[in-house]
Formats: sequence, structure tokens, C-alpha cells
Amino acid sequence: MSDSKYDLYEAVIGLEIHAQLSTLSKAYSSDSAGYGDDPNTNISVITLGHPGTLPMVNEKVIEYAIKMGVATDCEIRLDNQYARKNYFYADLPKGYQITQDTTPICTKGHIDLKRADGTKKTVGITRIHMEEDAGKSMHDQDVYDSLIDLNRAGVPLIEIVSEPDIRSAEEAGLYLAEIRKVLRYLDICDGNSMRCDANISVRKKGDTKLGNRCEVKNLNSIRNVQRAIEYEVKRQIDVIEAGGHIDQNTLNFDAGSGITSVLRSKEMANDYRYFPEPDLPPVQLAQSYVDSIREHMPELPEQLFLKYTGVYGLSAYDAANLLENKEIAFYFDELIKHTTHYKAAANWIMGPVKSYLNEQAVEIREFPVSASRIAELIELIDSGKINSSMAKDRLFPEMIRNTSASPEQIATENNLLINTSSDDVQGFIQEALAKYPEKVAEYKAGKENLLGLFMGEVMKLAKGKLDPKEANKLLAEALEK
Amino acid sequence: MQINQQLIDKIAHLARLEFNDAEKIRIEQDLNRILSFIETLNEVDTSSVEPLIYMSDEVNVLRKDEVIREISHEEALKNAPKKDSDYFRVPKVIEK
Repeated sequence: MSDSKYDLYEAVIGLEIHAQLSTLSKAYSSDSAGYGDDPNTNISVITLGHPGTLPMVNEKVIEYAIKMGVATDCEIRLDNQYARKNYFYADLPKGYQITQDTTPICTKGHIDLKRADGTKKTVGITRIHMEEDAGKSMHDQDVYDSLIDLNRAGVPLIEIVSEPDIRSAEEAGLYLAEIRKVLRYLDICDGNSMRCDANISVRKKGDTKLGNRCEVKNLNSIRNVQRAIEYEVKRQIDVIEAGGHIDQNTLNFDAGSGITSVLRSKEMANDYRYFPEPDLPPVQLAQSYVDSIREHMPELPEQLFLKYTGVYGLSAYDAANLLENKEIAFYFDELIKHTTHYKAAANWIMGPVKSYLNEQAVEIREFPVSASRIAELIELIDSGKINSSMAKDRLFPEMIRNTSASPEQIATENNLLINTSSDDVQGFIQEALAKYPEKVAEYKAGKENLLGLFMGEVMKLAKGKLDPKEANKLLAEALEK
Repeated sequence: MQINQQLIDKIAHLARLEFNDAEKIRIEQDLNRILSFIETLNEVDTSSVEPLIYMSDEVNVLRKDEVIREISHEEALKNAPKKDSDYFRVPKVIEK
């Protein structure tokens, strides 16, 4: 059996995530950290590495790094130093990257994941440290030269290093998605500016000793991290099963072909010659400063999930769905300030509101109807003044067109409210039953699912303008006679 | 510490410098002389002295997150040996 050899092994994976922080200025200089500007316009003599220039730490970078550390239950180091990581590359003008080596600001944290089957998985965070990005090199624009844009050089990053706790491509995907969600909820990274290196090894199930690992560099999407892991795990098992040996190499992943190739062997590994950065004085944080960040942390997806499922009684599926997108979750939070019909609130957002956003290809911040108006709409349905399909199909689209009037005003103007008296309803019921005498007989003989047919007829006769709960009750009573 | 040809090759590579054999022999002799001279310092007991990293006692020299444009695009490119109107240009480098 050719498949079974793969079942004998388990993958051991650790991820290093580089997340660009959404500060205004760069990590160690005042030029803009903005994205999308003309090449080489966001630069300074510090970014360019001119002799005699001195870097200075952006205090926001420290705050953001601590936030991520607190969110992932890390210990926060008070006594921080910076280090130089030396290497030559054209998009790194100084000849070194300013990073943290032996004193990462956050250590020993963890993050909890939920697998698709509902089981939990905890991934340890080894460390989070602060560093800077390099510039951008373009190799395919010119025959002889590489073109260098230094706008990105010096943009602040945090590197989040996980323990080798991840066991599959699926878990890697969950971990990356969760980290991205936390970064977005903290409002410290837009979540799109993430790059990932994956350290991958395999071992026989039950073994405690780690196999030789390969590091796959510069994966730029969750999907590509998963593809690289799937390919690499299979490759390593094939090599070992064929009697071979895994060399500890640095690999490149080609997103087009989906395969990895050797970038550097262990012998060619860079010697970065880390040493303390003498240009940046140490940063000594006060415990009170860290505590104040901890006290002012925004609510994170994990806490909100507990609140949504516990306090508001939503299903795990609904809660996870709302929390997928921070802005949507905030809209829900705003909505339930105005209504206690939590389930209805969730349904309206995940149903009609999301459909509208998808159709128009817009974000929730561009959704024209305020949360308080949606709350009024929910109250209108709950009080029996309009039925829900009428509300969804007619009133909701009108509310998008007319954002100044209340749902009740709009419904009144468009004659959508239930204005049918119970006498009228009785009339419609009698009419409907008179139309299908044989069906009535069948119903009375026990075919109770025919109730829907009669109800449909009643709704049609009333043109939808009746309270279905009330009508259902009256209909059932009429059939009992 | 003893300097040998192997170490010179390594340091030269790290500094992206190239030397011929005659130069390397001269460098080996020079460096060994310099190092043995400096090794005199080893006679001093420094076991209770912290390594000196910073030239002042300052800590927490931080800056607010504010954008200041100090130089223009043109000024940035001015001293580059090779450039066009947008980019610095360097000999093609593929592998990182």
C-alpha cells in the first residue's frame, strides 16, 4: 500500500510570521511608513544609511509589540536592547537590520485555535520581537540592473515565532488566520501585510526526537503556507522512506509549480554576526506602562466568542461567522446596544446585510443603514407589525434607498404594514379552505403537512400583509372545526 | 587567537572583498602582529567589568509616531552611482 507510509509519520511545524505594523512613520526614523506611494519618496538619510546618521525608536512600535504580547499571553520584557543583524543586500542600505536578538520584548505566550471538528489546539509562542523591513528589489524590469525602491526600508515589523507545535497544513492555516484576526482586532496591522517562514520536519509517530528541519522562506499567503507544508512533508517522508537523509536547508517555494527548491544549504548559511546595536540606547519599560496597556486592551475574538455564545446565546457557528470580520463584529455590537433580539440581529447581519455587501462588493463601513435602524426593523417584526419576508424583500431594500426615514415610516408609506383585521384573516382562511375541499379532508385524515399549503394560500390572498404567527394559529383552529 | 588563510577567506567573503594570494599572506602577517599586540590587554583581569555597549547612560530615547519629510525624492537619489528618475539601480542580484 503506497499511501500508508505517510500515515506512519507526523509533521512538526513552527512558523515565523512577519507582520507589518500600521504606524504612520518608520521604526527608527520619521519618514512615512505609508504604502503605495511613488518609489523612493518615503525616505530619509537614516533609511538610506548615510554615514553619521542616528536612528531613534518610534514609541508606537513598542506599544504595538506589547499589545500583541498581551493578546497572546506572553511575558513582557521590561529591559530591552536592540541588535544588528548583518548581511549585504541592495535593499538594505545600512548593511544590517536593526532587530532584537537576545532580548525579545515578548516571550513564552500561546494562542488557542479551534479545529473544524470543534476540538481545541494550543500553539505556543516562543517569542515576539521588533524589527524593520527591507526595501523592495525588482529584478524583472531591466535586462542588466535590479531596481531598488526604499519606501518599505525601515517600516516596522514584529516577528512572531511559534513553538514547533503545529502538526498539519490545516493547523498552520488556523494558526495564521487566528494571528491575523488578533492583529486586526488590536488595530496594529492591516492583516494583509504578513509574510511567513515555515520550519518543517517529519518524524515517525511516537518519536520524541525532532527530525532535521527545512525552512521555507517568504510565503505570502495562508494558502501558500499550506501548499508548501503539504508538498514538503510528502517530500521529506519520500526521502526518508527511500533510505535518504534530510539536509537542513533553506528552501524557496514556487507558487506557480507548488514545489520547493534549495535556496541555501547549511554550509552556505548566512553568518549574521549579531551584536548589540550601539546607536539605540536600551529601552527600560515601567511595569505601570505595561499594566496600562493591559487595562486598555480592546476585546479580542476569543473573549467576544465567549460573550456571543454565553451572554447572547448565539450558536458557535454564528459567533465565529460574525467574528470573522472585525468591522462586522463591531456592527453587531452596535446593533445589540439597541435590541435584545440577539439571534435576530445576527441573522439580519449574516443574511440580508451580508448579501447586500457581497452583491455591491463593499465593506460594512460603506453600508448605508445604521445599526439603530436595523434594530428598529427587528422590533417592528417582533411586534407583529410586519411579517419577516415582507421586511426582508420589500422594506430592507427601501431602507437602503431611504436612510433618513424610520423603518416604520417607510413601511407605512409603502403600505407594507400588517393592516389586516382578524376578521379579514378569518375570511382569507375560509376562502383558502373552500378552494381545496379534498385537501382539507386529507388534512383531517392525518396529513398534517398540508398546513403549509393552506398557509401559502392565505398569505397570497392577504398579499403578505398579515402576522404569520397569528394566522397560523387561526388556521389551525379553523381546521380543527 | 591565530589568524590563518581559512579565516581570512571567511572574513573577506563576509565583507565582500577579494584578495590575491600575495595580499592574503601579507594580511595574515599583519593581522597576527596586530592581534598579539592587542593581546597584551588580556593581562588585565576584566572578569568583574560589564561589556561596554553604549557610550552614554541614556535610556528610553524615543520619538512620537509622526511623519516628517526631511529630504526630497531628488535629494535621496542624488548621490547614487546609478539611478533613473524613480529608482536606485544596482547590478542584477537575484538570490537573497
